[in-house]
Amino acid sequence: MSLVAEILVALLLVMGGGLILIGSWGLARLPSLMTRLHGPTKASTLGVGACLIASMVYFPASGGGWSAQELLITVFLLLTAPISANMIAKAHLHRQGHGIDPNPADGIVRGLPRTPGGKDWATFQGAANDPAPDPEQVPPARRSD
Amino acid sequence: MIRRLLPHPALSVLVAVVWMLLVNEFTVGAVLLALVVGVVAPLVTSRFWPDRPKIRFGPDFLGYVGIVLWDIVEANFQVAWIILTRRNRDLRSRWLVVPLELRSPEAITVLAGTISLTPGTVTSDVSADGRALLIHALDVADPEAEVARIKQRYETRLLKVFR
Repeated sequence: MSLVAEILVALLLVMGGGLILIGSWGLARLPSLMTRLHGPTKASTLGVGACLIASMVYFPASGGGWSAQELLITVFLLLTAPISANMIAKAHLHRQGHGIDPNPADGIVRGLPRTPGGKDWATFQGAANDPAPDPEQVPPARRSD
Repeated sequence: MIRRLLPHPALSVLVAVVWMLLVNEFTVGAVLLALVVGVVAPLVTSRFWPDRPKIRFGPDFLGYVGIVLWDIVEANFQVAWIILTRRNRDLRSRWLVVPLELRSPEAITVLAGTISLTPGTVTSDVSADGRALLIHALDVADPEAEVARIKQRYETRLLKVFR
């Protein structure tokens, strides 16, 4: 393997590893769930991407076959990271409701902003949030709260 | 005839390219199979997307992809820097509301995904009437400027890509 390829692979691996480490550190040290979401959705995406590009450089340079599957993995990661973050955020909104605190650590309590239109946010719409028309149809777990 | 056989040319190309990348070898058999899958899969699934969005794969599309990729790299270093240096009590995290001019669900999904991947913002929800996005920002000094930046940088470009 040539020296240039070696340096490139090393740089990409160190950068990727560093970004993943920082993303995980953010997950551990940021103050609230919503702020913690930012670490894994961003820092880790590029970190994994850098490692995959390093793999794409390493195998052809060291005599193995050329491989493009890493590109596919990167694209799938970029497609799925926002969706998992969105699902976590929605679940958090469900649990906290409108009084959700943007950042408990800095003492700002403003809650959720309103929508510009008349309707509420989509998470609070739908059957689960409507007042139950018939108490017989309400599942027992929901009746207790 | 060609419309009947290829109801969704872009999807056909995408499926064929993904198939080639999955197979990961460039042989005649693999190319043939990729072409067959690329033709058959859109035909079989065409009932699932009766009113699909029209996307223009022109310079606007390429420009959007380029800007998003660049912003993802920039966002990573920005968020990493905030995580490493900013103390929790100095963090100006807040909720933003971005009113939408985009109307098609696909375009709004692309915008939401872009916002989640780019500097310090995560899309949390959409309003029930589909006219606003709820966004959580990690560290923002001026909420109005940030909303204006998102609208100007991403939404105006997406309006050109999705007809």
